[in-house]
Amino acid sequence: MGKNVITWTVRVIVYLGLLAFFIWVFSNEYLNHLVENFEEFLVLLRQHIQLVALSSFLAIAVAVPSAIIVTRPKFQRFEGVVSTVVNFGYTIPNMAILALMMGIMGIGFQTAVVALFIYSILPIFRNTLAGIQSVNSNLIDSAKGMGFKPYQILFKVELPNAAYSIIAGIRTAVVINIGATALAYLIGGGGLGNWIFVGINVFDNSILISGALPITLLAITVDLFLRLLERKVVPRGARPSTR
Amino acid sequence: MIQYKSVTKIYGEDVTAVDQVSLDVNEGEIVVLLGPSGCGKTTLLRMVNGLESVTDGDILFNGESIKSLNEIELRRKIGYVIQSNGLFPNMNIEQNVTVVPTLLGWSKEDKKKRFEELMELVGLDAEDYRKRYPHELSGGQQQRIGVIRALAADPPAMLMDEPFGALDPIIRERVQDEFLAIQRELNKTILFVSHDIDEAIKMGDKIALMKDGQLMQFDTPSQILQNPANDFVAQFVGKDRMVKSLTIHRIEQLMERYELLDSSIEKGQIATVSKSSNLRDVLSYILESKQQAVHVVNENDEVIGQVDFALVNQYMIDLAEKDEPVVNP
Repeated sequence: MGKNVITWTVRVIVYLGLLAFFIWVFSNEYLNHLVENFEEFLVLLRQHIQLVALSSFLAIAVAVPSAIIVTRPKFQRFEGVVSTVVNFGYTIPNMAILALMMGIMGIGFQTAVVALFIYSILPIFRNTLAGIQSVNSNLIDSAKGMGFKPYQILFKVELPNAAYSIIAGIRTAVVINIGATALAYLIGGGGLGNWIFVGINVFDNSILISGALPITLLAITVDLFLRLLERKVVPRGARPSTR
Repeated sequence: MIQYKSVTKIYGEDVTAVDQVSLDVNEGEIVVLLGPSGCGKTTLLRMVNGLESVTDGDILFNGESIKSLNEIELRRKIGYVIQSNGLFPNMNIEQNVTVVPTLLGWSKEDKKKRFEELMELVGLDAEDYRKRYPHELSGGQQQRIGVIRALAADPPAMLMDEPFGALDPIIRERVQDEFLAIQRELNKTILFVSHDIDEAIKMGDKIALMKDGQLMQFDTPSQILQNPANDFVAQFVGKDRMVKSLTIHRIEQLMERYELLDSSIEKGQIATVSKSSNLRDVLSYILESKQQAVHVVNENDEVIGQVDFALVNQYMIDLAEKDEPVVNP
């Protein structure tokens, strides 16, 4: 009961803040730049989405299988090494990764994808690892004792029970990624970051907001979508509220 | 059906968990592996379905060495129940119960039918529980589901590792009784791990008492209680072992032995006990009634005889003298 009241209060405050922000934006006609340059907006938005989608997809494709591999009995001894490498990658500021990749690969779209990909691996890897490791060992034991084959233990017991944590990791990574993609402008990767940095350089709030606001809305929309996906994918009995 | 042939388990270099244990579990029997923690009883159990490897010696299942059998197929033929029930939180009750049939590729209709049969066996409503998830059930219900899940593919043998250990005493007793009733119908070959002497006496046709990986005594509950093989066994079963052994015998057995059936006795002011009561309860009733004897009644509450303290005493002396093994009914 008390928890609900707090949740609702916070929610109302956030919505009121958003409303105030939009009133501020519209009363100052800050979105005029977007409306006047709608063609360019669509190009930047498409670039932004492509950068996010491609780098996130690569990150999922690498991080989830690696976390699965290092939790298999045969490869468990590599878990420490892999975790250290991945954690180390995340301690480098994302600006530095961009600069580093630019040094290696030059400027452009691909460099931005690779840099964003590297930065998205950790949350997904770490959550997948934690999710699988937190599956009760009694479940694995009884699955084994009932004659599950190793791949059946993985797909019928471990992954479904770790699904919530895995999707939470993907959500974190993608939402951070959408914001970080704004930096792609710095290495000629394109995206809505263009307008943000131009806006900063020429002290024009309209250009800046026209770039920043769509990024925020994109992040909120994607987060919502992934939350719905989580509801669909994670079995009722494997959600944290039930543990 | 399950035969241990001087089985030894050594962990690492020199930690001997199980030391040359030989014992046979016959078809339809419940054998309880009993002992303090760390005595190797769980290791001994888990070696049957290959969850622990056998260092030395051999285990035969249906006369075949388990080393020669396919591990996965063997496990699907042996029901497995553990203390924390091991139900899969991501699966609903029906999916949990029919998990082995699913592995074996049964049809949807067969699985549904089997689920309903099994739920009836433990007195739970199939429709009510089908779509519910394990966390929505009480501990006792979860453990019942754990037991019928192990029975789902009708395996000839079951391994049960302290299956009722996590339940509170009242629920535990009820689930034990329920399980014994099921077992009387199904006659499975069961290996049952416990650390509780009372549970072992109640559940076991035979008890294998272990200490430090070695088998101390393998016998019927009454023999273990009345003739402990050594000091450790005597100590483990407790000073009240004779009182405990009273629970094995029912008053109707005593009456048959001494031909005490006498329906001419009039029902009087004297307290009555049911003929299926165990001797310990009978003594308790006699003490409670503050009289010398009690009347024994049948299902229809008709008096069929009368027993007193001295008779029970005589019965226990006779059994011990004749060294007669009394197998659990």
